[in-house]
Amino acid sequence: MKYLGKKTITLIMTLFLVSVAAFLAFQIIPGDVVTSILGTEATPEREEQLREELGFNDPPAVRYFNWMSGVAKGDLGVSYRYSRNMNEMMPVAELIGDKLPVTLWLAALGLALIILVSIPLGVLWARSGSRLLDAVLGVITQATMAVPSFFLGILVTFVFGIVLKLFAPGGYISYEEDFTGFLGYLLFPALSIALPKIAMTARFLRNSMLTEVGTDYVRTAYSKGCTKRRVMYAHVLRNAMMPVVTFLGMIVAEIVAGSIVIEQVFGLPGIGRLLISAISTRDFPVVQILILYITFVVIVVYYFVDVIYRLIDPRISGK
Amino acid sequence: MKRSFHGKKGLCVLLVTALLAMAVLGGCADGTGESSEDNSSKESTTESTQPDSGQSDASTESNDSEESTEAQESGEESGSEGGSASGQAGDMYGGSIVVGVQQDIDSLDPHKATAAGTSEILFNVFEGLVKPDENGNLINAVASDYTISEDGLVYTFTLRENVKFHNGNVVTAEDVKYSLERVSGLLDGTPLSSTLNAIESVDIIDEKTVQVTVGSANTELIYSFVAAIIPAGSGEGEAVDPIGTGPFSFVSYKPQEGIVLAKNPDYWQEGLPYLDQVEFKISGSADTALLELQGGTIDFYAYLTNSQAQALQGSHQVVSSPSNAVQALYLNNAVEPLNDVRVRQAISYAMDKEEINNFVGGGKGTLISSAMLPTLKENYVDLNDTYGTTANVEKAKELLADAGYPDGFDLEITVPSNYEIHMQTGEVVVEQLKAVGIRATIKAVEWSTWLDETYKGRQYEATIVSLTCDMTPGYLMNRFQTDSKKNFINFSSAEYDEVYTRTQATLDPAEKAECYKELQKILCDEAGSVFIQVASNQTAISKKLAGYKFYPVYVQDMSTVYITE
Repeated sequence: MKYLGKKTITLIMTLFLVSVAAFLAFQIIPGDVVTSILGTEATPEREEQLREELGFNDPPAVRYFNWMSGVAKGDLGVSYRYSRNMNEMMPVAELIGDKLPVTLWLAALGLALIILVSIPLGVLWARSGSRLLDAVLGVITQATMAVPSFFLGILVTFVFGIVLKLFAPGGYISYEEDFTGFLGYLLFPALSIALPKIAMTARFLRNSMLTEVGTDYVRTAYSKGCTKRRVMYAHVLRNAMMPVVTFLGMIVAEIVAGSIVIEQVFGLPGIGRLLISAISTRDFPVVQILILYITFVVIVVYYFVDVIYRLIDPRISGK
Repeated sequence: MKRSFHGKKGLCVLLVTALLAMAVLGGCADGTGESSEDNSSKESTTESTQPDSGQSDASTESNDSEESTEAQESGEESGSEGGSASGQAGDMYGGSIVVGVQQDIDSLDPHKATAAGTSEILFNVFEGLVKPDENGNLINAVASDYTISEDGLVYTFTLRENVKFHNGNVVTAEDVKYSLERVSGLLDGTPLSSTLNAIESVDIIDEKTVQVTVGSANTELIYSFVAAIIPAGSGEGEAVDPIGTGPFSFVSYKPQEGIVLAKNPDYWQEGLPYLDQVEFKISGSADTALLELQGGTIDFYAYLTNSQAQALQGSHQVVSSPSNAVQALYLNNAVEPLNDVRVRQAISYAMDKEEINNFVGGGKGTLISSAMLPTLKENYVDLNDTYGTTANVEKAKELLADAGYPDGFDLEITVPSNYEIHMQTGEVVVEQLKAVGIRATIKAVEWSTWLDETYKGRQYEATIVSLTCDMTPGYLMNRFQTDSKKNFINFSSAEYDEVYTRTQATLDPAEKAECYKELQKILCDEAGSVFIQVASNQTAISKKLAGYKFYPVYVQDMSTVYITE
């Protein structure tokens, strides 16, 4: 409990610092919001009106305070850029709420693919001891790690979309319309995210297992008559998973970042694409909330990694 | 046990082969990946290079485009006969298409929307008293007729009978008054249009007649009456969907996904539109759009790069048409050494416009030497002989030596990095200037930064962008007056200012055109900037579609498009 409390305080402190940094960053970077929204042909009166509407005539400290107190009350503000209808702009909460499921499902599918493929592959790789497999998988992992994710995205679109015609590029189906179709389309972007991570995770697991295989407890297990299968899965894998879990935790954070690029390539309306366009159009209310959100996700994921650690390794929770 | 390992190994080898094959195929995909542009950012200005539409008569580059022109004519005929006339015409009705667009829309309020990417879509939903046609002329829309008083101060509009809003209400004089007062700032003191703010009063004469009085005569003001007519009161307060009188009505909008429009069954133009539904889908980038075109997710895309256009040549109708944007190496006339006219002229001589056109536009652009679109025929004068369209290194060096820079100088060219065409042009220009000793470098900036620092702040030496022009010749010319707020090149010529004042004073079109020609000549002789070209647009249209009209302004009119199969 004490641990949880400490973690929560860290979370709040980090979010506070990040919010200040996010707010300050946009005070410094060039680009006037009003010009960015109205373009070059606007009348001075309209510019002044908008400046007033957006509260730019207040000093930064006041604006930060107004924004933060709104966020604390659950009011995330209103986008500068996206309209809800003719007279209203889109509230940030609604905008992100609409896009979030896309990114979350993408991340979930990606993570599922990584775990389902990389762990069996890593075990197989470690067990086989085949030189040929070492060489081949080594090359593949190097290659997939080296290919930038946007390029992998284009590659996947080309191979599965244009050549094999397994999906229609850009033919995103909204999760509200047809959930199965939505997941079907998401499979390919998820694959683009997963491929390099699968390679890395499998390699990591294999190395970790090979280290464990040489340790004393493995010899003990064999000497007390365990089968190879039992030694591998009950002893070696369990211990070898320790660093891999940490690694997967890092990967979750990376998937959130990687989805920004992949969403762009596959035309997915998720938060990654929203973040990019919000930055370039200086839609600060949206950017600030997204930054806070991503920070939140990363911290929470690390927290869960800690918890899982305790579950797998009784030594830690014992202390 | 061992054997089963072998089995799995076989599977792995298969997997390896598949991955390797992908890597090889990737090499092929690379070509399109590199050459295409990434216009992912959303520009909020009318000043963009983005493709704009052009005239269909200038677009007979390939067989495909001829086909489309013919098809379009036949479409028009049956359209004018009236939709219910023949069985053949009936076949053209129905269906839905998806149009790829580059930018998300910036507002659903037609008066507040400023991005060119938004107006091209909203053109289908809203109409003004008048609207542009595909030849660059104005036709009557919500108004059936109008007269302008001799002194040019009073506009009298007669409303067309029975034009209905998408909510079913008939457009009244009240609605027109409200719309015009809202745009001109008479309603709340905030004009939303920088031209219609000249309106001093809007009076309802009778149910079908509205009289508009303006403060000063301006023969080009009529073009501004394309401003959308919306139901009275709809621009304030409660949440309402956009309601206009156009051929399509608004159905839904989702940020980053797109906007869906449905056929307006009550549209006043008999027989139009043909399609039941049009979806404008926002494509993340030009790369994505190309894949979507190939995969059939979108049927129509108007912003292809030259290499993408080549790739789609066989599978789509690819039509090239002149844009309405003037691309130039804009020079800041106020900074050393560009404040010396000889230096600016030297740069004009040093540049090889033909090479730029061939390199970035596949030779399809139109070379220019001043700030006027050649498509504005009466007002345009060809000045390409002044500095020539190829490099004249001797002359350039001579002028530089004269100006006191025999060894050249350093020049920083600011380029908004989201525009692939300008980045490519910049690279060519740097090489061309090197030949005369000018050491140019490219400074790539984000679009928002460009707007703020380069355009508004005028903190730059040279920059490459395109300025889009509407149907009025004065649109680009007025910005080069010495104290114009839009004079971001700091051009300063007393003679220019004087001629411009004369242009505005006259109400005679012929005299006006002469003045515009004079202005172009001054701008060119003074080498205010190095005007390069009006680039061409490459539009890909699915082979199953016909009837699309190319406009000389930035709109995408879907009302005449129909499905052939």
